[in-house]
Amino acid sequence: MQPNMVKLNTRNQNSFWGILRRMPRAWIGGCLVLLVVLAAVFAPLFSPADPLQQFREGLSATGTPLPPDGQFPLGTDHLGRDMLSRTLFGARVSLVISFIANTTAAIIGTVIGVLAGYYSRAVDSILMRITDIILAFPAILLALGVGAVLRPSIPVAILILTLITWAPLARLVRGQVLSVRERAFVESARCIGARDRRIILYHILPQILAVTIIWATVSFASTILVEASLSFLGVGVPLPQPSWGNMIFEGQTRYRIAPWMIIVPTIAILITTFGFNLLGDAIRDALDPRTSQRL
Amino acid sequence: MTAYLLRRLVGALVVIWGVATISFVLVFLMPGDAARMYAGPRAPEATVERIRQEWGLNDSLPVQYVRFLGRAVQGDLGRSTRDGRPVLQAVIERVPVTIQLALAGLSVELLLGIPLGIIAALRPGSLIDQFTTVLSLVGVSIPQFAVGLVALYLFGFVIPIFPLGGYGVIPIFPLGGYGTIAHLILPALVLGFSGAAFYARVLRSSILEIANEDYIRTARAKGLGARAILNRHLLRNALLPVVTLIGLDLALLLGGVVVIEAVFGIPGIGLQAWTAIRNQDTPMIMGTVLFASIAVVGLNLLIDLLYLALDPRVRLNAA
Repeated sequence: MQPNMVKLNTRNQNSFWGILRRMPRAWIGGCLVLLVVLAAVFAPLFSPADPLQQFREGLSATGTPLPPDGQFPLGTDHLGRDMLSRTLFGARVSLVISFIANTTAAIIGTVIGVLAGYYSRAVDSILMRITDIILAFPAILLALGVGAVLRPSIPVAILILTLITWAPLARLVRGQVLSVRERAFVESARCIGARDRRIILYHILPQILAVTIIWATVSFASTILVEASLSFLGVGVPLPQPSWGNMIFEGQTRYRIAPWMIIVPTIAILITTFGFNLLGDAIRDALDPRTSQRL
Repeated sequence: MTAYLLRRLVGALVVIWGVATISFVLVFLMPGDAARMYAGPRAPEATVERIRQEWGLNDSLPVQYVRFLGRAVQGDLGRSTRDGRPVLQAVIERVPVTIQLALAGLSVELLLGIPLGIIAALRPGSLIDQFTTVLSLVGVSIPQFAVGLVALYLFGFVIPIFPLGGYGVIPIFPLGGYGTIAHLILPALVLGFSGAAFYARVLRSSILEIANEDYIRTARAKGLGARAILNRHLLRNALLPVVTLIGLDLALLLGGVVVIEAVFGIPGIGLQAWTAIRNQDTPMIMGTVLFASIAVVGLNLLIDLLYLALDPRVRLNAA
């Protein structure tokens, strides 16, 4: 009885959640992500002011932005708007854009990867050449090109981010499918007369899902970074809608008189991306015990 | 072997053709009339029409496409709608600046990343190993443009050790004394930091993996010292993934260069592309994008060849 119970206990500890729970990285990352998500969801509740309202008392007598004080906890920007409210509402924009783009890219990447891996030959080489072409473009330059053609807006930002995000996943999924395709259960499914559609949906896709989920968590952080860069370069979220990237853009020329205009959104981005990277890293290790044992 | 090289070359050409086609489509879809932009808002319609004729803007899409490809092959990427200069010439003028910044960034990546990776791998679980892990996560979390600005504020303004952006006197490679190098240090550090942490992590796991190989045990069994094993057997193999990564990293590095150039006001091809976007100078944007992509594809091909030279196992598989 006794050894059996011990065995049961170890099994529980070695499950995905068991491993994840024992990782400080997972806790810290999870808390940071939660913090940012809550800030975004409850932005109207926490914000002391309307993010677009320009306060007369938000500028000094000489018309410069105010440093952090009682009424404006994180200071004001060059138009006398409250930085705290803008940062909180900026979290909404950044998270929503990155979430939609990342999810769409995950779906496109998985579908293309599965099709290329499963059908091989002509389909494979056409799809993989397209992937190579996207991967060859330096992402920011491709984004600048597309951004130059289309007028900057939130849907366009989502489109651009999706366009430059799906390709690495497609390559990853294709590799996985190539090995899953040769496994015995796929062969036996084919032997009993299952069609391609059924094999892909019920036998191959479930094996790929873990890869996609890990990738999506890790990639979320980089999507946020690219979104901020795009808004900073002027092809992302258009002004006056606050996003962390375009807030830094507005602070770029004024950082000598109002350093908080760049420091506040920078810290907001760092908290978010660091949180997602910590969490993603922990999830990856928990799903692949080999790497966590080695550490 | 020859077949492998040929296959890689054809693959690279297909990719470049695809990039060129996408560039063409984007130029074609671009809002605004390029001829009108070049002639100016007050030019008479007849002049604009003449420019349109001259540039062949009235021809059908397939005709324009074939002509675009034909010219691109000959190195003609069109003219700037802003000042009428040939795009290729404008891009090539700026390339040394970008190469200099990219090389400086890559140096920071490797000079910081490789020693950190080795130290972390030699003492797994130690304080410095854990520090490297955290550092690499911070590294990939950093928004380079934002940190660049904060660094400019701290080390250019509050503690004025470095110049506030801009660019040194000597256009090719840092031979201009402290002035040029000082302009380069801060951008290169910001550019290279993320990569350094990443390389450290890859090298660490690659060393740990190879440390379990039979030939390392053999080397130890025949009495080789730790230093000799590290230099002659371990590092030589462990550095291979790092070489591959440099190839994959190039596109990323170049993307970072664009943003860093915009932040620090360094007049490379990144700043040029950015200015071109502000001016809606389509041929210039596409020329820069096309040039950068060809550079990435070409360098990747070169890295593959380097790999062939470095690792005999790849040579055997390719044959």
